[in-house]
Order: sequence, then C-alpha cells, then structure tokens
Amino acid sequence: MFERVRGLKFHKKQDVAIVGAGITLFRRRMNETGKELSYYAVKQALEEAGLEIQDIDMVVMGSAPDAFDGIHMKGEYLLDGAGGSNRPYMRVFVGGGTGVFAPIAGYWHVASGLADVCLVITEEKMSSSHPHPQSAFKYIWDPILDRPLNPNLIWIFALEMRRYMHENNIKHEDIALVSVKNKGNALDHPAAQVAEKITVEDVLNSEPMALPVRRLDVSPPSDGASALIMVAPHIARQLTDEPVWVDGVGWSLDTTWWTNRDLYFPRYVAEAARMAYKMAHITDPRKEIDVAEPYDPFDYKELHHMEGLGLAKKGEAPILTREGVTARDGDLPVCPSGGLLGVGNPIAATMGVKVAELYWQLAYRAGKRQVAKEVTTGVTQAWGDLMQVGTVMVLSNKR
Amino acid sequence: MARVAVVGVGYSGFNTNTPDLSWKELMYEAAVRAYEDAGINPRRDVDSFVTCAEDVWEGFAIFDEFVPDQLGAVLKPTLTVTADFLYGIATAFMHIKSGLAEIAVVEAHSKASDILTFGNVIKFAFDPVWLRPIGKGHPYYFAALEKSYYSNLRGYCEETYAEVVEKNKKNGRLNPSAPYSGSVTAEDVLNSDPAYYPLRKLEIAERADGAVVFVLASDEVARQLTDTPVWVDGIGWWSETSNYDTMSFTAEYTRKAAEMAYEMAGIEHPARQVDIAEVDDRFAFKEVQHIEALKLAKVGEVDTLLSEGYFSRDGSLPVNVSGGNLSIGNLLEATGGQKALEIVLQLRGEAGKRQVDAEVGVAQAWRYVPTASGAVAVFSR
Repeated sequence: MFERVRGLKFHKKQDVAIVGAGITLFRRRMNETGKELSYYAVKQALEEAGLEIQDIDMVVMGSAPDAFDGIHMKGEYLLDGAGGSNRPYMRVFVGGGTGVFAPIAGYWHVASGLADVCLVITEEKMSSSHPHPQSAFKYIWDPILDRPLNPNLIWIFALEMRRYMHENNIKHEDIALVSVKNKGNALDHPAAQVAEKITVEDVLNSEPMALPVRRLDVSPPSDGASALIMVAPHIARQLTDEPVWVDGVGWSLDTTWWTNRDLYFPRYVAEAARMAYKMAHITDPRKEIDVAEPYDPFDYKELHHMEGLGLAKKGEAPILTREGVTARDGDLPVCPSGGLLGVGNPIAATMGVKVAELYWQLAYRAGKRQVAKEVTTGVTQAWGDLMQVGTVMVLSNKR
Repeated sequence: MARVAVVGVGYSGFNTNTPDLSWKELMYEAAVRAYEDAGINPRRDVDSFVTCAEDVWEGFAIFDEFVPDQLGAVLKPTLTVTADFLYGIATAFMHIKSGLAEIAVVEAHSKASDILTFGNVIKFAFDPVWLRPIGKGHPYYFAALEKSYYSNLRGYCEETYAEVVEKNKKNGRLNPSAPYSGSVTAEDVLNSDPAYYPLRKLEIAERADGAVVFVLASDEVARQLTDTPVWVDGIGWWSETSNYDTMSFTAEYTRKAAEMAYEMAGIEHPARQVDIAEVDDRFAFKEVQHIEALKLAKVGEVDTLLSEGYFSRDGSLPVNVSGGNLSIGNLLEATGGQKALEIVLQLRGEAGKRQVDAEVGVAQAWRYVPTASGAVAVFSR
C-alpha cells in the first residue's frame, strides 16, 4: 500500500461567488410546465445578476425523481426551458438533497476553472403525479425487503420522529414550535404557499397522518423552480460590490439500509457538515455561524438537522427553539425564510428557500425577512433519499 | 493545477443477460476489480464517488439510494449524475481539479435485461404533449428519421452503414466480452429487411448488461499508485436542445463537446493527433456521424475512408476496435464507460489480441434517443 497525505487539500483554481438568484411562486398546482417554471426562475436570476443568457458558460440542473413528471431523462426534457440549450449541461441528483446539492455541483464547475459563469437551476413539478406525489415514493424502496410493506414517507418519518422524541425526551409541543415559527416567518415570503399564523394547539389538534406526525407537522407538495448564478471572482467584481462567497461544501451518503441505523441522529449530515466546516475553517459552528437554513420538510427535521450541523448539542435544539434563539430576531436565526414548512416543498427547487435565501440574507437583500443581527457566515443544508444523504453549504459575505 | 489520471479500471460483463447477478452484484464486481487494479482501499482512500444512472432505466424513483453499500461509499461524498459515464468522468475530473478530491471513483452500469418493454421506456423520454402521442410505433423510428435525413444531407448510402456493421462485428470477435460479435458481411446487412425503414435490425445495437468502474486520481497520487497512468487530457460535454424540430441531426453536440475537450487537451488537428477512437455506434449511422463530429475525418468523406479501411483495426485511425456497441451491446448509461475502458486498456497496452499502437485516444458517448446531448473525453499515455 502507498502513503499519502490524509485529508483534502482544497487547492481550488478560483473562488466562487453567488451574484444572483431567482425563485418562482411555490404552489400545490401550477399551470406552467416544468420548462416554463425553470424559465421564470432563470430569467429572475439573470436580471438580479445583470447578465444575459449568452453570458452563461455552463448549466447545472437539479431535479428530483423522474417519477413525478412521468418523463424519463427528465434533465434532457427540461433542458431548453432551463437555458441549457447549446451549452454544457448536466443534471445531478441525490434525491431530496438535490436542493443544496445542485449549487454544490455549480461550485465545482467554477472552482475547477472549467466555467467562469455557471447557472444552477432547480425545478420540481410534483402536481403531475396523480393523485398525490406520494405515489411516486412507492418506488423508492428496496423492492424485496421494503416495498411489500407498502410504506410511504410519512410513515418512516413518523418512526424517525418517535425515535428522536424518545431518545432525547422531547414533547410534541416543543417540536410543534418549529412549525409555528416557520409558518409565521413565511408570511413575509412573497412565494409562500402555506404561510399562516398558528399556535402550538393548532398543530397538536390537526388531523393525524401517521402518529406522531400530524397535518401541520409536514410541508406540502408543491410546484416551483429556483435559480442561482455562480461566478468566478473576476466576474463577480464586475457585477456587484457585495458578492456572497461559497466557503465550504460537503455531502455524504449513508447506507441504503435505513432499517439498520439509529434514526435519532443524522450522522450523514454530521459527516457532510464536517467536510464543509473543514473547508470553511470553522471549528465552532455554534459561535461562528450567524444564520442557518437547515432542511425542514417536517418540523422535527429542523431540530434533527441543527444537531447534525453542530448548531446544537444532541437533544438541545428544542430547548434553543423554546427560548427563541432560533427566531428571526434571535441569536441564531434558523429558517428565517419560512423554510419548507411555510414556503412549500418542491423537492429540488427548495434551493430557493435554502441557498438562495442564505445568499439574500448575507447580501442584506432579504427585505422583510432580513434577520435582526449582523451576519457574515451562514450554513444551509438539505437531506434526502432514504434518510440517507446530507448536503451542506457554508456561505459568507467576507472573502 | 493537478492533472487527472485514470489509475484503475474494472468491469463486469458484458453479457446479453445476467440471470446470476443482480445489478448490485454487477456494481460490486466491477468496483472490486477497479480497486484491486488501482491498489486502493475505498473505505480509506477515496474522497468522492460518482454514479451515473437514470431512474427509469433502473426502475426506481430515486436510484441514488442504492449506490453506497456495494461501492464501499457509505458515509462518504457520493453522488449520482443522471447521464452517461463520461459525464461522470467530467464530474470526477472537476472534483480533482477543484481540490475536493484526490481520488475519485466513477461507476456506471446497465441491467438492461431487466427492462421488459424497452421501447415504451424510451417513449417516456419523449415530450409528453408533442411527441409521445404520435403513432404507436417503436421509438426507434425517430432514429430512422434521423438516419434518412442525415444520409440525404451528406449523400452517404446504405453500403457505408453496412460496412460499419461488418467492421464492428468483426472487431468484436477479438473481444472476450462482446456477446453480439460475429462474422456478418456488409452484404448480409444489405440483404436483411429494414426493421424501421431505412434502419435495419443489424444496424441497431441490442441491449447488454455490465458495469464499469474507474478510479481517477490527481497526478501526485497517481504517480505513487501506478507506473502506467492514463491521463485525462480533456473532457467536454454539450447539449443541443430537447426538441426534435430544432436538433441538428448532424451530431452537433459531439462537435461542440469535442471542441471543448480538444481545447483542454491542446489538440489542434484531431485527425492527425488522435490515434484511436471509440465512438457511440448504437445505430450504425451514428458512428459515421460521430466520426465526422469528432473531426477525425472531413465532412462527407467518411464513406470513402471507411471503404479504404482507414478506420479498421489495422488502419491508420482505428475506430471501435472493441467492437463498439454493435458487438458489445447497448449499455445504457455505461456506454461511455465501455468506450473509455477500451481506450484506457489500449493505451496501457492491456487490450490483448486487439491491441493497437496508440498514444492519444478519444472516447465519445451519446445520451441515446431522443436526446441531442453527449460527452467526449481525450486520454493519453
């Protein structure tokens, strides 16, 4: 065997900045096709960056299962609406984690020097899947061991939520606070689908789906698209005085056998975060991160992921939430956008409320959603597959 | 800037069907061989894993879930690119160039024998409003339309494509993993009935199973690992459009991808500088198209050169020495994997009976009907 220096060197060719973002409305059913949704998002991002489609070198597409649309090679189908015609165009896919993974792919397109201007576009049209997108999730299981049990996602998340509550001795009331906070935050988001002012009682009294999961614990299925423009430093300087830099990226995939893992702690997120923090030279995330956008398709997931990202100790996230630390005017604002619970959950297009939101926060362009404290560094994360994949991105407005 | 090298390759297959192995076992077999070839331990040494797979080929809604265990990639940076193997090479190439990884693994596989209604699966790739409802025909008729358009545009006749079939099926006879090889003459092809006029059955690559795994590394690591690294000098990928009415039908995607890859590799005269090429020939006319688009011959001259034996195994620019897809079969997303594998084996001098003398090789793959996207990789010794 050979000897080599352990660990990554991160000798990137150039830094990567984000200079524009776009997001469409998130709605349960949109009349637009996926191509059209992509077009709206791209157009908005180009306008914000002050670029034309001709300026784009390469395009990265992020989109979750083909099963939603019933279109094989969905990436190829979406290509023209997304601005990928006559360009190097690639679709990456890590299930639900694609929302943060697509910009990570955009990062290496630029950091490797192959592209100076990269457009990242994420699109999801879940309403084509009748009667409900859950029917597409019927086919994500191991066909021999899992599928005969007829599981769906709500059930396995109920298992995970129960385990998390049991292991850390948490009450449903504490978890419901996340839903209350995020749906409230989303009232300020122009694209929001299910923003409302609710109370913990409302969550606990909403209809049971698969106990302990109730209707207001979960995010809705949505249609939508979002786009991001990532550029090399010399381009960023020409376009804006306040670019937001990508400091670190990380991703990790856990074993297929979700049944053999302890579900109370997302170790795949912890692994991905370790990689991203190492790259961003962050040693104490709780102190160094000013704003966070963890993935919150279910309310317990936000807490789960905060612990995975090292923003809270194991079992401590609900306490931080109860004390108001994670509120928009708190010490560590979490999901100031309103997250998936409030704005909607078009699987891959959640880039618009995760990475794009963080970009707007760090560029001080989030308008009504701008957090109270001064921000320099933020972390965002997504999760997907069979509770398997963690994708993490650290952004900063200081180079 | 780190150069990128291929330090290990492994493959499993290629067979018409694989009743004894699941797709996971195919992946595992290929991966173990590749790690052994590179002399690495995946749990310790690999920084990034890339899989190339399309959900619908696999019959899953999220295929990415089923990747890590058999590659040794659990809790490691692992991702799926929904594209051909060469796109995976491009991704790993970028990982190494951007310092995210020093050793990256690329995997693609095909378990096409599991697909019962291949034509209908391809049909699902068509635009659901404009294309899918047209007629009840097999989607291969789109390839047939393209063939007839292209032949008329360039003035190539049926004999040319028949010669391609003859050449590739003959080349494949020296390849132990080419299940569809055989001694078919051009005359046999011309005498067979068109299945989708003007496309004949013998011009269409049948489906095959197999898996390909590559281990890529940065130059520093590559030199520690092996004495015979094969360098990835250039990589390019390109998409035209998803609409049938605006596609070039002259493989413009390959021309552009090749320009990108050649520029990276510093190749100015591909026809002179490239010694060996493996191109996508899942339809015989596609090989002709791709040879032109890779600039290995002048536009409109391929038929003459082909008849002269210029592209044969003993010719000056051997194309598809492995037998191509016509001999090996349609490997779905692993098609580019088989191409790159052949180039690497040839450049290492490990191609056995079909060895040719080559310094620089090009692998090219297309994303199949109904797309106009493809990728090109340039390798050198």
